[in-house]
Amino acid sequence: MPKVTIDGVEIEVPAGITVLQACELAGVEIPRFCYHERLSIAGNCRMCLVEVKPGPPKPQASCALPVADKQEIFTQTPTVKKARNGVMEFLLINHPLDCPICDQGGECDLQDQAMGYGFDRSRFHENKRSVPDKELGPLVKTSMNRCIHCTRCIRFATEVAGVEELGATGRGESMEVTTYVEHALSTELSGNLVDLCPVGALTSKPYAFEARSWELSKTESVDVMDGLGSNIRIDTRGAQVMRVLPRLNDDVNEEWISDKTRHALDGLRHQRLDRPYVRRGGKLVEATWDQAFAAIEAKLKGLDGTKVAAIAGDQCDAESMLALKDLMTALGSPNIDCRQDGAKLDGPRGSYIFNPGVRGIDSADAILLIGTNPRWESPVLNARLRKRYLSGHCAIASVGPAVDHTYPVERLGAGPATLRDLADGKLGFFEKLKAAKHPLIVVGMGALVREDGAAVLALARDLAEKLNAVRADWNGFAVLHTTAARVAGLDLGLVPGEGGRDVEGILAGCEKREIELVYLLAADEIDTKRLGKAFVVYQGHHGDAGAHRADVVLPGAAYTEKPGTYVNTEGRVQLGQRAGYPPGDAREDWAILRALSERLGKTLPYDSLDQVRARLVAVNKSFAALDQQAAGTWGIFGKTGALTDAPFASPIANFYMTCPISRASKTMAECMASRAHLMAAE
Amino acid sequence: MASLDRTARAFLLTELVSGFALTLKYMFKPKVTVNYPHEKGPLSPRFRGEHALRRYPNGEERCIACKLCEAICPAQAITIEAEPRDDGSRRTTRYDIDMTKCIYCGFCQEACPVDAIVEGPNFEFSTETREELMYNKDKLLANGDRWESLIAANLHADAAYR
Repeated sequence: MPKVTIDGVEIEVPAGITVLQACELAGVEIPRFCYHERLSIAGNCRMCLVEVKPGPPKPQASCALPVADKQEIFTQTPTVKKARNGVMEFLLINHPLDCPICDQGGECDLQDQAMGYGFDRSRFHENKRSVPDKELGPLVKTSMNRCIHCTRCIRFATEVAGVEELGATGRGESMEVTTYVEHALSTELSGNLVDLCPVGALTSKPYAFEARSWELSKTESVDVMDGLGSNIRIDTRGAQVMRVLPRLNDDVNEEWISDKTRHALDGLRHQRLDRPYVRRGGKLVEATWDQAFAAIEAKLKGLDGTKVAAIAGDQCDAESMLALKDLMTALGSPNIDCRQDGAKLDGPRGSYIFNPGVRGIDSADAILLIGTNPRWESPVLNARLRKRYLSGHCAIASVGPAVDHTYPVERLGAGPATLRDLADGKLGFFEKLKAAKHPLIVVGMGALVREDGAAVLALARDLAEKLNAVRADWNGFAVLHTTAARVAGLDLGLVPGEGGRDVEGILAGCEKREIELVYLLAADEIDTKRLGKAFVVYQGHHGDAGAHRADVVLPGAAYTEKPGTYVNTEGRVQLGQRAGYPPGDAREDWAILRALSERLGKTLPYDSLDQVRARLVAVNKSFAALDQQAAGTWGIFGKTGALTDAPFASPIANFYMTCPISRASKTMAECMASRAHLMAAE
Repeated sequence: MASLDRTARAFLLTELVSGFALTLKYMFKPKVTVNYPHEKGPLSPRFRGEHALRRYPNGEERCIACKLCEAICPAQAITIEAEPRDDGSRRTTRYDIDMTKCIYCGFCQEACPVDAIVEGPNFEFSTETREELMYNKDKLLANGDRWESLIAANLHADAAYR
């Protein structure tokens, strides 16, 4: 490990890092624009100049200079200060003085660093450069006059997002960052460009001029738009959610989030359920909580438990699902399910989580994707897969839909037959997986929501065991969930009990009038026509499919409006904090179920959130360890059986609209329209 | 001796006479009071009175919704909401000042990068109800239109010292 002296303080740093990183380790902050930890080094802004001995007698760009033993680094000398002042003056030559109307104002790197290194007036008397704005789609607003050519956006699009659509034309003063052919960026991660841009050249279009950074209150939370559980920060002003930003978590989302996570929030303002409704004479009419509960109580009176069923939705927090499960148990109903899509998952914990963890992707050396399109099911995880591909020596193959993954994937086939051949060792890729130290098998919902899902799961387990992918030091069996609530639901046992019905059974039962009452906990992704004449209670936050069919609507809280526990696809338990209060009469979901249980005379044994959380831990110990991935247990799961010939299809047909919130979002509709031609092609 | 002197003064009414003499002297001097509603005293160009939102000569409002006045206001009397106008420019949809909260410190006009919000020379805006002191954007723009010539003259007079 080289020893370097930074501003007179000696420090030992890891070999191979740059001078800038060494300074960071020493706690010395170096101003920078183009350097970013997760992107390649460009070294073109020149703001990070430092003096280095031994070396040439001029300041060096520290971001692109490797540390060497016995190096002496000076970051505060008059030469350095003068050099940085000069760089800043050059950067400001063409930068417009429009901070008051710039959305970056208040959180702008250039603004901040100009306070330290800027001159209070311009010595530039010639005309400023003027650059036409570019069209980058419905999410990213451009103001290219402000661009300082750091090329972070170009590097992000090329390296992380994997779409080589941004680039620079011209050189010197006439350099322009542009899409060569004008069109919306075809990536699901374009919102991150806005975070990366150190100035206001790229800003968020839906958020344009809406708020200033200093007006917002910040709440740490967890995303529910996909199964990854990206860590997010919710910025609110008053009661309104203004924007969603990523939080740093190297184990989950690094510092990226998908466009749906970031921009579906305007869906939280429309189509909200803000008071209870009861159906009278075929029409939903406004009611009080008391009337709504009375309607449910009247229906449940004398009803046998087996005629009652409950389905939990895809974005529920663990607390409300636990309350639902406890209520159903108290009512004597075994008919409960959290798998709206009918995924055949109910084995030991190891059979339904992403065992190696997202971090495990980094060490995998052969990856097989089964029935999944990670790009749409979890764009940030897909970026992680791409990162793994870029670091080299990793064969990736897929059995499933032919899609553009943003990295080369060898497509072995479309359906279960190919998977069987692979498991039997008939395909060449089997040898690659066999030879790999850390083989990774990603099983998507596309492979499991089918009739023969259990057989496919058994086949995947069989393959994993044949490859020795499940052993003490490595578990390469990974299930990629598309929904945020699924793992928590399975952890809490929201699967049919003894003699109970699953979602398919419940719907069939409704049609045959064997089920009289269905409780939908924010469940909208089922075929509501099949609910037949059953009495439907819908508890949720949006007037979507479920609420339209319901006989009683109980208004609940969306994920930004309640403190909730979520378990992501890795089995990592994460807490989301409350960023605001639900609208009108709506309440937190577990509290609604608790109140209803009291009305029904089956009072649930908890009165506060702390007590619910204590019960969560009592039901499943994995809820005790926050922000950690509890290892999954392994065992026999899946059911060997006949396989059909139907090819695997990703369950997500439309990335931008997968849940009630995103369906109510205008921004998501615009995104969909702008990428309609691309989606049609895929 | 002192007692004799005091007695003489008392009998000759000297204090009274000197007092009346002073009063008489001021009768012939110019008046220092003003007949307020009809006459008004001079105001400094820096006088901080009632707020106004100004416009450019072409009628375009100056305010660009940067929210710096809202941020600096120590009494938190200003409330602004903004969104892109149809032509894409940054404009306020709401600009409220609670004049009952305002402490007339003048920070808002100092923070304003475009001289949009100013505290004009008007100090006669008392109202009969509290509600009338909750100014909205229309009221402030109307103030600006009404006082523009004086405000512009004041800004011009003070420009050299800013």
